[in-house]
Amino acid sequence: MSTQVSAEQDLRGVAREPLVLSGRDYKWITNRICGVVENGQPPIWWLVAIPGALLSLVLLFTLVYLVATGVGVWGLNQPIAWGWDITNFVFWIGIGHAGTLISAILFLTRQKWRTSVNRAAEAMTLFAVVCAGIYPGFHVGRFWMVWFLAPVPNANAIWQNFKSPLLWDVFAVSTYFTVSVIFWYIGLIPDLATLRDRCKPGLKKALYGIFALGWRGGNRQWRHYEMGYLLLAALSTPLVLSVHSVVSFDFATSVVPGWHTTIFPPYFVAGAIFGGFAMVLTLMIPCRAIYGLHDMLTPKHIDNMTKIIVLTGTIVGYAYLMELFIAFYGGNPFEVDAFHMRTVSGPYVWSYWTMMFCNVIAPQAFWIPWCRKNLVVVMCVCMCVNTGMWYERFVIIATTLARDFLPGQWGYYEPTWVEIAMFVGSHGLFLFLFAMFIRFLPMIAISEVKGVLPQSDPHYHPAH
Amino acid sequence: MSVSTEDKVKRTWGYVAEFDTAASVYEAAKAMKEYGYRRWDVHSPFPIHGMDAAMGLGPSYLSRIVFCGGLMGSLTALVLQFGTQVGLYPTIVQGKPDNLFTIPAFFPVTFELTILFSAFTILFSLLVIIRLPRLHHPLFESKLFTGFSDDKFIISVEARDPKFAREGTREFLQSIGAKQVELVEEEL
Repeated sequence: MSTQVSAEQDLRGVAREPLVLSGRDYKWITNRICGVVENGQPPIWWLVAIPGALLSLVLLFTLVYLVATGVGVWGLNQPIAWGWDITNFVFWIGIGHAGTLISAILFLTRQKWRTSVNRAAEAMTLFAVVCAGIYPGFHVGRFWMVWFLAPVPNANAIWQNFKSPLLWDVFAVSTYFTVSVIFWYIGLIPDLATLRDRCKPGLKKALYGIFALGWRGGNRQWRHYEMGYLLLAALSTPLVLSVHSVVSFDFATSVVPGWHTTIFPPYFVAGAIFGGFAMVLTLMIPCRAIYGLHDMLTPKHIDNMTKIIVLTGTIVGYAYLMELFIAFYGGNPFEVDAFHMRTVSGPYVWSYWTMMFCNVIAPQAFWIPWCRKNLVVVMCVCMCVNTGMWYERFVIIATTLARDFLPGQWGYYEPTWVEIAMFVGSHGLFLFLFAMFIRFLPMIAISEVKGVLPQSDPHYHPAH
Repeated sequence: MSVSTEDKVKRTWGYVAEFDTAASVYEAAKAMKEYGYRRWDVHSPFPIHGMDAAMGLGPSYLSRIVFCGGLMGSLTALVLQFGTQVGLYPTIVQGKPDNLFTIPAFFPVTFELTILFSAFTILFSLLVIIRLPRLHHPLFESKLFTGFSDDKFIISVEARDPKFAREGTREFLQSIGAKQVELVEEEL
């Protein structure tokens, strides 16, 4: 006979909080998640989608203006040749880390609570990487020459320098984007089949049907599907860690004081996870309220994510302090001066302390259980983290370049209206893409949430 | 039904049987395997834990194919980098050599291409193994079947199965706990 497992206990007989509240069944989950796509969108959706679309047009306009005029429309010059563009690139790519982290690392470590957040977080990842990719692409100056980054034979018989971290970055970011799309799409197939089966015959059904590839949910399909998903998770785990490490090599392998530090790869990865989770919460808490997903995105989910934020935020804080310590202990006068100017006497001291407050001090609130439960506090801290992580990249990039070895190479950088419009526009694009995702695709992984219900265990027998 | 369908020649594809719970379909699957059916499947809204063993299926062999795909990625990256950096167009920069010992500088790209090739291998070999995309299938004509993507568990048995019998299989499916059984036909 099969083992008796009741709803409230796991196999070890330990009481666990259920992942889906109110004892919801399969039908309710299907209806609630598909309902978001099938029913009309609430007014607030339009309040996000329309401004998002308009701001995307602003972004498009600035890009056309930049290509037509030249990269000089940005405030960049010597010595500060990397400013808001690369700051925004690293900012967006960092946000793009939480999605694959949730889908891959939490999958491998069997954290079942990931099922309610992974779909939206993966979508967020893709859109963030799209936003990120725009910046280095246009930073090259002549956008139409961007294909020179790819190792293809060309008329000049030149080949890329594979020893350069900038080329590693091209490979890392494009691989990350491609693998994230594959991971996301494979996860979507069963849910697209659910949408297909609910549609009346017509264009919608045909489109969902084509993308669902004719999924029939047979166990002879599931067993290979599960293996494929597991392998993708196993491959994505080192990939997530590698992408931001490679991004950090752009800085760490140079000899500029303030960049030339070995702590950069782990510090960047922790920062990316930190910023990514803050963005996941920033997006999911409003979605949960607007679409009534409280039974699937429970306080436990928010609690877990806030704990990850306090953990990674503290790692980031440790890295900040370690940078200062190594500058002091290493005895390199240029290094000492770089950090002295960052923290005490330079032109960008304000941005350093903004970063310090937002990234290290604000998340410490999450040590207190009340703060993790109060959604207003959670949202405020997450907004702090979003801001702080942008400032972190700005501090690393602009303040370092502002003070080179010789005083003759010192400068001060201010963004022009083009850079500001691009920054705002990329947020618009991000919100617009996310709104489209909510409108057309299931924002919670239906099949995965069903799989973690207690009655999905074949040995489940309701306790009478 | 409608006149047009009667004009077409149809043949029996098999049966679909509907079950309400994961536990009942799990027990039914064990009975199916014990009886000796071969061309049958369990369709569920999510993968059921332990179903592979209940159906008598071994572990998936996808991982072996993906290993080859990953290896191809590593080799491609190494050939690409050594070929261009050492052979075609040596760039003597950054104090790094342009011979075999350049290899540490090639690790990041090798790593990325290994992952990239593996991911594409997973996607395409998965689709080949599970025979997708297949946009039309006789099962989609069934009324019971679409419940699999919502809250029902479906067992399908093909008429091609050696143990299939027009009456016997229906009775067997009912005896192992099916709530409803439906005959599925396909057009010739």
